Amino acid sequence: MERPFAITLEVGSSRHNKTGTWRVERPVYVDRLPPCNDACPAGENIQGWLYHAESGDYESAWRKLMEDNPLPAVMGRVCYHPCQTACNRGKLDEEVGINSVEHFLGDLALDKGWMPETAAADTGRTALIIGAGPSGLSAAYHLRRLGHTVTIYEAGANPGGMMRYGIPKYRLPREVLDGEIRRIEAMGVEIVLNHKVNDLAAVLAEKRFDAVFLAIGAEIGKRAYVPAGESARILDAVSFLHSMEGQAPPLLGRRVAIYGGGNTAMDAARTAKRLGATDAVVVYRRTRDRMPAHDFEVEEAVEEGVEMRWLSTVKHADAGKLLLEKMTLDEKGMPTPTGEFEELEADSLILALGQEVDLELLRNVDGVVATDGVVQVDRNMMTGVPGLFAGGDMVPGERTVTVGIGHGKLAARNIDAWLRGTSFSKGGRPELADFDLLNTWYYSDAPQTVRAKLDVARRRSTFDEVVQGLDESNALFEARRCLSCGNCFECDNCYGVCPDNSVIKLGPGLRYEFDYDYCKGCGICAQECPCGAIKMVPESI
Amino acid sequence: MPFQPIKFYQTGSFVVGNRLLSEDQRSVQSSQARTNSLTLGHRACQGCGEALGARYALDAAMRASGNQMVVANATGCLEVFTTPFPETSWQIPWIHSLFGNSAAVGTGIAAALRSKGKQDIRVVAQAGDGGTVDIGFGPLSGMFERNDDVLFICYDNEAYMNTGVQRSGATPPAARTATTDAVGPHPGEDFGKGKNLPLIAMAHEIPYVATATVAELRDLEYKVEKAMSFHGARYIHVLVPCPLGWGSAPSDTIRLSRMAKETGLFPVFEAEGGEVTSVSKIRHRLPVEEYLRPQRRYQHLFRPQPDTQTIGRIQAIADKNISRFGLLNGEPK
Repeated sequence: MERPFAITLEVGSSRHNKTGTWRVERPVYVDRLPPCNDACPAGENIQGWLYHAESGDYESAWRKLMEDNPLPAVMGRVCYHPCQTACNRGKLDEEVGINSVEHFLGDLALDKGWMPETAAADTGRTALIIGAGPSGLSAAYHLRRLGHTVTIYEAGANPGGMMRYGIPKYRLPREVLDGEIRRIEAMGVEIVLNHKVNDLAAVLAEKRFDAVFLAIGAEIGKRAYVPAGESARILDAVSFLHSMEGQAPPLLGRRVAIYGGGNTAMDAARTAKRLGATDAVVVYRRTRDRMPAHDFEVEEAVEEGVEMRWLSTVKHADAGKLLLEKMTLDEKGMPTPTGEFEELEADSLILALGQEVDLELLRNVDGVVATDGVVQVDRNMMTGVPGLFAGGDMVPGERTVTVGIGHGKLAARNIDAWLRGTSFSKGGRPELADFDLLNTWYYSDAPQTVRAKLDVARRRSTFDEVVQGLDESNALFEARRCLSCGNCFECDNCYGVCPDNSVIKLGPGLRYEFDYDYCKGCGICAQECPCGAIKMVPESI
Repeated sequence: MPFQPIKFYQTGSFVVGNRLLSEDQRSVQSSQARTNSLTLGHRACQGCGEALGARYALDAAMRASGNQMVVANATGCLEVFTTPFPETSWQIPWIHSLFGNSAAVGTGIAAALRSKGKQDIRVVAQAGDGGTVDIGFGPLSGMFERNDDVLFICYDNEAYMNTGVQRSGATPPAARTATTDAVGPHPGEDFGKGKNLPLIAMAHEIPYVATATVAELRDLEYKVEKAMSFHGARYIHVLVPCPLGWGSAPSDTIRLSRMAKETGLFPVFEAEGGEVTSVSKIRHRLPVEEYLRPQRRYQHLFRPQPDTQTIGRIQAIADKNISRFGLLNGEPK
């Protein structure tokens, strides 16, 4: 080509100059595991559904939520939200009110009558689930979605298990529970009520089902031997709470003592209060900081006028009064008797000392191992009997609705794999999105006025069930407080801050790409990414 | 408490874009259709603040002028890394000038456009701090004094970086450069030297003067757009960290500009007709030490022992800025 005098190079754009060759480290987009998702016993993709809620697309948010949990309105009320304890925003100001947004989405779905995605094509396989509690319902939902035919045998007159017969109405209104269970039934899950399985071996022998999931819960209240006079009135908390679903509420008298320090003790005490007891006194052997009950449950109980008697055991029960012995904690924190006694006026005593599993139905089944009163399962939730799975309160683990729902999901995925003759693997665990990986400069501060409002919103949603959940503007606000830890939320920061224009914006929902022909690897994008979704990786030489 | 609707967008306007905002509320830089005035393949160092600042400012000016704009560029890094013959990184009408005369060239273009009756075409002149506060100061002051219809943008990286990091009139006290070495009883640049060009520009009582940093894109874009709404001489001074000259990590460019503002060392404000009209408040106040420590040009202040006296003098400068401009929340302006 003819060139002007003394010109050796072709005139052109600097695009000829591929500055990518300068790079020693390359930025890479990653999806890290947000701490909320990591902490959720039900394995919800919390960051994922909040992402949709942030833009006001509540239906997509709910559908995302429903991928893992069929009972959001229930969970939004009764979950102890370990996600919020883990939330990175807690290190900034206050954690995101995940539970309250879940509550809002759950209610909205019931209100609007949204239905879960239809089940996959029928596989022709059948599964039996024993027990329509959180775990059984969750397994049923997930198995149905995977295309299997599901039948539930429930011993009670109504489905729900502990959600109905253990959790008081003021924490979980029954129409909410009914609404969410109806939705599962509408998907084609058959629930056979008043059908108690007394001999599992006989059911298995019928070979009517290809797989069985056992989720009968732990419904027997633990008894402790309390020497008592003939006219002393002693009940156990499980039956007491159960009887609240019956026609006539139990007679307790004016002064009620509750023995135990767990969440059930709080539920029993608060229920007794609501039944008109003037005094509801919780008697517990240790101190408050050692109490298994969750802090907020204790606080709420105290707010409602429940009294606490720490470091005390019941020595003797008589009509109208209890003899308590004072305890002290030794160096190991074990309560030891002091020999000092006191009297407590009480018309009845409710024992809330934990629950046991009724293993009676397993007596003729070979191969199921029960240790410490609970059924042992492998990491696939399967017992020693092929095709027999178990989960929920009857297997080792924390006994909460959320854990039950998580067990149900995990069991369903394994049962599905088992029915298909494959194996289920959870997949690799992404790196955790720690607080240190975030650039929190970019998130709006919640100024004082906003925070005050927030507190009210929180209190309404999480602590006071009598009041309604969040309204839409609050829920939107709360959702938008999410930091989206470890997952790109398309803020355009990388696209903007690159001095070398080497980030390609692909458009809404499609995120970005790096142009490695030109990226010099300066690392500004990774440093300025608010949510820690970019990682610098050394170039191979 | 009466209900007050709160607009809350997760990240506010601190990030470049935000999918929750409507299109017209988003920044120029978040758009797939931005001009990219300065395109791929330029030879600026890794993490160059000036390359970033120039693209931010000129893309905003292009949008504000409806893509009717000419840019005059002074010699300096910005010219050397964008236009090594025969390549160019500029995707806008752009004219080369000398180190000291971009203001004069801008003035000339504005005069030519006026005489040809092309009032819709806007003129921007730009230079680094050397070409602005030292070598180009005469023409710039003249441009201000005549109130020529030019927006002058200074990208201030606080020394002559292109020629090997020599001090300029914008080099801050105690900073090490090739000509203010960290030796002797008073290492680095002397205290009491240098000039504050935004204040000098205000003294000319031109229509609009503003300062900005590459850490606050929305603020920078707002100021460029505002400047383009005026006719006459306008001046924007943008702080652009230089990883090479400051001895900082390339990835720290934005973090350092943010800290320069959050310490009070670089007050971010705007002024009309010589009066300050608004300041960008400090969000999370920082001691100057946090800004100085990551920069190798200040390492003599921390080795072998921290030179608390000198650090204290720098802190005093920041404190003075804070009270002079009212940079803390709750203070007027």
